[in-house]
Amino acid sequence: MKKKKLSNAILFCVLCVLVVIFLTPIFFVVLNSFKGKLFISNDPFAFPTKETFAGLSNYINGIEKTNFFASFGWSAFITVFSVLAILLFTSMTAYYLTRVKTKITSVLYYLFVFSMIVPFQMVMFTMSKLANMTHLNNPVGMVILYLGFGAGLSIFMFCGFIKSVPLDIEEAAMIDGCNPLQTFFKVVLPILKPTAITVAILNAMWIWNDYLLPYLVIGLSTPYKTIPVSVQYLVGSYGAKDMGAMMALLVLSIIPIIIFYLTCQKYIIEGVVAGAVKG
Amino acid sequence: MQKTLKRYFPIFVVPTLIAFSFAFIIPFVMGVYLSFCKFKTITNAQFIGFDNYIKIFADKDFLNSFLFTLKFSVVSIVTINVFAFMLALALTKKIKGTNLFRTVFFMPNLIGGIILGYIWQQMINAVLLRYETTLIANATYGFWGLVILMNWQMIGYMMIIYIAGLQNVPTDLIEAAQIDGATGWQILTRVKIPMVMPSITICLFLTVSNSFKLFDQNLALTAGAPSKKTAMMALDIYNTFYGRTGFEGVGQAKAVLFFIIAAAIALTQLAVTRRKEVEQ
Repeated sequence: MKKKKLSNAILFCVLCVLVVIFLTPIFFVVLNSFKGKLFISNDPFAFPTKETFAGLSNYINGIEKTNFFASFGWSAFITVFSVLAILLFTSMTAYYLTRVKTKITSVLYYLFVFSMIVPFQMVMFTMSKLANMTHLNNPVGMVILYLGFGAGLSIFMFCGFIKSVPLDIEEAAMIDGCNPLQTFFKVVLPILKPTAITVAILNAMWIWNDYLLPYLVIGLSTPYKTIPVSVQYLVGSYGAKDMGAMMALLVLSIIPIIIFYLTCQKYIIEGVVAGAVKG
Repeated sequence: MQKTLKRYFPIFVVPTLIAFSFAFIIPFVMGVYLSFCKFKTITNAQFIGFDNYIKIFADKDFLNSFLFTLKFSVVSIVTINVFAFMLALALTKKIKGTNLFRTVFFMPNLIGGIILGYIWQQMINAVLLRYETTLIANATYGFWGLVILMNWQMIGYMMIIYIAGLQNVPTDLIEAAQIDGATGWQILTRVKIPMVMPSITICLFLTVSNSFKLFDQNLALTAGAPSKKTAMMALDIYNTFYGRTGFEGVGQAKAVLFFIIAAAIALTQLAVTRRKEVEQ
């Protein structure tokens, strides 16, 4: 037993060292975001001193150059409305596809599942040109496109769950005079809650961090830049000039994610595991 | 009930279907067709048969990116899964602070590829500065930089799946092995690993498809520098589309090949998982 205690103590120390290693990159950017831009490349691992400390000037600079708060707003707008649209429309579609058995519904189901294995590069060129032609190149259009791209995984996950829901409850609701819409919203939707949380988290993580789709559809020259697009916009050219603003912008981009993670950690980890096992 | 519901097709299915058509069905069909065409915008396409596909095989960049992707995938799949499994073993030993460790190790997974890429670009450049070189001076640095970055991002994710698997191993099995005099190593290789095989399959395929389709991290970390030597397949396709005028058709043909490889990986996964399910 003593031996076990000792080995656990060693393991604990090793894990602590690993935690420090894992946090180093984040610590590194935070550290440098407070240094004057000219001092960063001198000794990137040194703590800011009286001479090199820049206060919040990098942050002010970075926010002004990229209009960061607007980017944050557009990222939040696109993520929130896309996730809401995905939850509402794909759960309805999944319900229909599971409960109505015809040739059309099974073809549609396989088409949605098929879209999950197609890499984005396959459709990126044609999709972005089509989006331009049909005037989907704005935040509302992005919500529609995300609904289309997110449909595959979401429908797949909702269908998997709806199959296990017994028909009796729905039939009872129908006999009581509910039409299909009432049955869906009053009876089925509440049962879907656990899957809905998983679907929401997987899609939110993907949409918030997505770079290529908003970049190709909306582009750099509009005011609708999302956070990843504006980070790329500021530092995209190799060997960025204003290192300070870049460090500050990287820190600002991580903060919302870390807050979200620490508040909904339980759901995020559960959702990610469920998504991995089913997807 | 089915009959009443059937009439509600326009409400239940049509909205999703419209979005799905714009995002996927139409672009996919057009993409397949355009891979056989010469075009600059999608409205002036001219059918040219297999010319684009023939051009791919004369394209050194594509072969190079394929080999780089392959090499990167093999190295990162092995390292990510070995490290993640070791961490999962350590975190199922009921030691103090397990929750905190788990929280920290998983966190990088939530940060987006572009932002991760730039964080590591700055970190690695800061280290290399001491040796008076940079990340883009040598393709080897870019390769290992990408491996380290992917490990940092994916280890926590895989660890969570392995932990879930290890927690499902019945304790009586392990106790029985201990009574029979099995050593720690024997319990690991003969009891625990066979019992978590389903998690191992899931993690392997997740790492395969994530490494294979990697784009954001690649773009942010090196953008393919030096001279496209560290460009992976997704980045090479992107560069062909948007970096070389007149090569849009070739880019689309590359994308079709890329899709076929991705589909092959997914179908293998499906077949492997199905076979396992029958056995259980």
